[in-house]
Amino acid sequence: MATKSAKVRWSAINLAVVFFALTPVLWIVSLSFKHPSTFTDGKFIPKRWTLNNYFNIFRDGGFGRPLLNSICIGIISTVVAIVLGVFAAYAIARLRFPGRRWMLGAALLIAMFPQVSLVTPLFQIERSMALFNTWPGLILPYVTFALPLTIYTLSAFFREIPWELEKAAKMDGATPFQAFRHVIVPLAAPGVVTAGILAFIQCWNDFLFAISLTSSDSARTAPAAISFFTGASQFENPVGSIAAAAVVITIPIVIFVLMFQNRIVSGLTSGAVKG
Amino acid sequence: MAEIELDGVTKHYADGNIVVDNVTISIADQELLILVGPSGCGKSTTLNMIAGLEDISTGELRIGGARMNERAPRDRDIAMVFQSYALYPHMTVRENMAFPLKLAGLSKAAIRSKVDDAADILELTDYLDRKPGNLSGGQRQRVAMGRAIVRSPQAFLMDEPLSNLDAKLRVQMRTAIARLQKSLGTTMVYVTHDQTEAMTLGDRIALMRGGVVQQIGSPQDLYERPVNLFVAGFVGSPSMNFFAGELSSDTVITPLGAVRLSDATRQRLQDGKEQSRNVVVGIRPEAFEDARLVGDTEQGATVTEHVDILESIGSAKFAYLDLESHAAPSKLTEIAAETGNEGAFGSSQLVAQLDPRSTTREGEDLKLWFDPADMLLFDADSGENLTI
Repeated sequence: MATKSAKVRWSAINLAVVFFALTPVLWIVSLSFKHPSTFTDGKFIPKRWTLNNYFNIFRDGGFGRPLLNSICIGIISTVVAIVLGVFAAYAIARLRFPGRRWMLGAALLIAMFPQVSLVTPLFQIERSMALFNTWPGLILPYVTFALPLTIYTLSAFFREIPWELEKAAKMDGATPFQAFRHVIVPLAAPGVVTAGILAFIQCWNDFLFAISLTSSDSARTAPAAISFFTGASQFENPVGSIAAAAVVITIPIVIFVLMFQNRIVSGLTSGAVKG
Repeated sequence: MAEIELDGVTKHYADGNIVVDNVTISIADQELLILVGPSGCGKSTTLNMIAGLEDISTGELRIGGARMNERAPRDRDIAMVFQSYALYPHMTVRENMAFPLKLAGLSKAAIRSKVDDAADILELTDYLDRKPGNLSGGQRQRVAMGRAIVRSPQAFLMDEPLSNLDAKLRVQMRTAIARLQKSLGTTMVYVTHDQTEAMTLGDRIALMRGGVVQQIGSPQDLYERPVNLFVAGFVGSPSMNFFAGELSSDTVITPLGAVRLSDATRQRLQDGKEQSRNVVVGIRPEAFEDARLVGDTEQGATVTEHVDILESIGSAKFAYLDLESHAAPSKLTEIAAETGNEGAFGSSQLVAQLDPRSTTREGEDLKLWFDPADMLLFDADSGENLTI
């Protein structure tokens, strides 16, 4: 048991960290509700409330299309990365094949590779392959960078699953694929969800590829679109619109995490083997 | 219709390590065969080869007369119960037991009735909707059994199915498994490292050591007529007492003194060539008795020693006596290390099982009586039993 003074100390530290992390978020929320005339008044609580910033980004700003791009590209990239990642991670965790370690190392290398150094070659490649400014043009690099993450997370989960469950499935008459589908994948579900959320967030938050590999609304994602916001006239400050858009793109992530956090439970394998 | 035949089955790994060496066992239909031995003796590998979870390097495995070497586990029609039970944690008890039937493509109604029948036999009916995580160890064990029996396979393979249960439950489940096997009449191969389990459960026992089958026979065979020192030391609890001895024409000189051989023993030794040779003498603790409780001590031999420790388990007393230290033959030390018996066996201690009425006490001298006919003589070099 923690002593009272330890509790107080930890509570204070926690509060400080939460305050530090959430203040900018609250500031953006506050900005998004401020009337343009009060942007610079320095008040935390808006004096003149308005929803105009939100209406503006969808009506005049055309934020709908980039948002749709973001959602679809994010989901497709995540699904592809998860499906490939599940198979790859299973092979790495369970099968003994030459080059197994090398493969994990290569995956790790890709994850650590500075993305900015790839932008220029990718730009050239995608232009010559007619992938520039298309959905596949973004999905491809997103999958590439999400895969190492999913392979790593999932292979850790697969390793946790007792070997004997698979042997038992084989003895019960399952083909290797049936054993994989009926026994291994359901047990790795928390891992799949975790990896999926991480992959989706990575794609959703990407700015570098989105800004470099798109040129119009046909494939531009939300974070990139925000940077093109201008005021209605050149004298109008787009701060309100940017704040509103920033709040809007935060919402799907929050929903996503809340929806799946129940699935991310540990101890799902309890009861499989003795214990 | 499901006899299992292992014909010269061998398993060696790429590094040349041989874990199962030329095992030939023929298991009759409806028989319960126990594979027993110390850990690392290759018994589980042998079972896995029968199951199809490990490849057979050389030799042939036949089930019901058909060669099985190349068949996948699912095509062998055998069920296996694992030491860890290996229940599917995301499925209910019903789904666990239905899984093999579902894979076999049975209709929903047929699956339901088969699972209900199996649950009935194993008294699991009340738990069918629970997940394995909410079951006790004994219940999980029964679910694992249920998953094996629903399919009515040609044979059951049991890989130390009781070793995760507590002592009392283990005894209960042991008899339950024996009864189940008899009533279903299915061939069963049962792996254990526990000699008590092996002795009580099996029709026949195959005792393995270092990948080699030492002896196959009924529990009584192994107990009374062990072929070598290893079998003699492994079977029986407490373990057999061993001493170095020197055999001359009709007596053997042991730390217990010179003992005249019984006629039967002498006869069996008749074809032994040389007259004087080094032997290892083995006597089971059960062969001893407190001389005061034996009417006619003339019939056997007696020895008087100092009682070091006396243990009573109610139905019997175990006396640990100190013998003058003697060098243990190298064969004994080697086997003792392998069976984890260093302290008890091959040392200068003698264990005697006495009648509970014995009034002997710790620290006193005790006169022990034994019948020389119960003495087993082993060759000091090869370890083979000279008296069978």
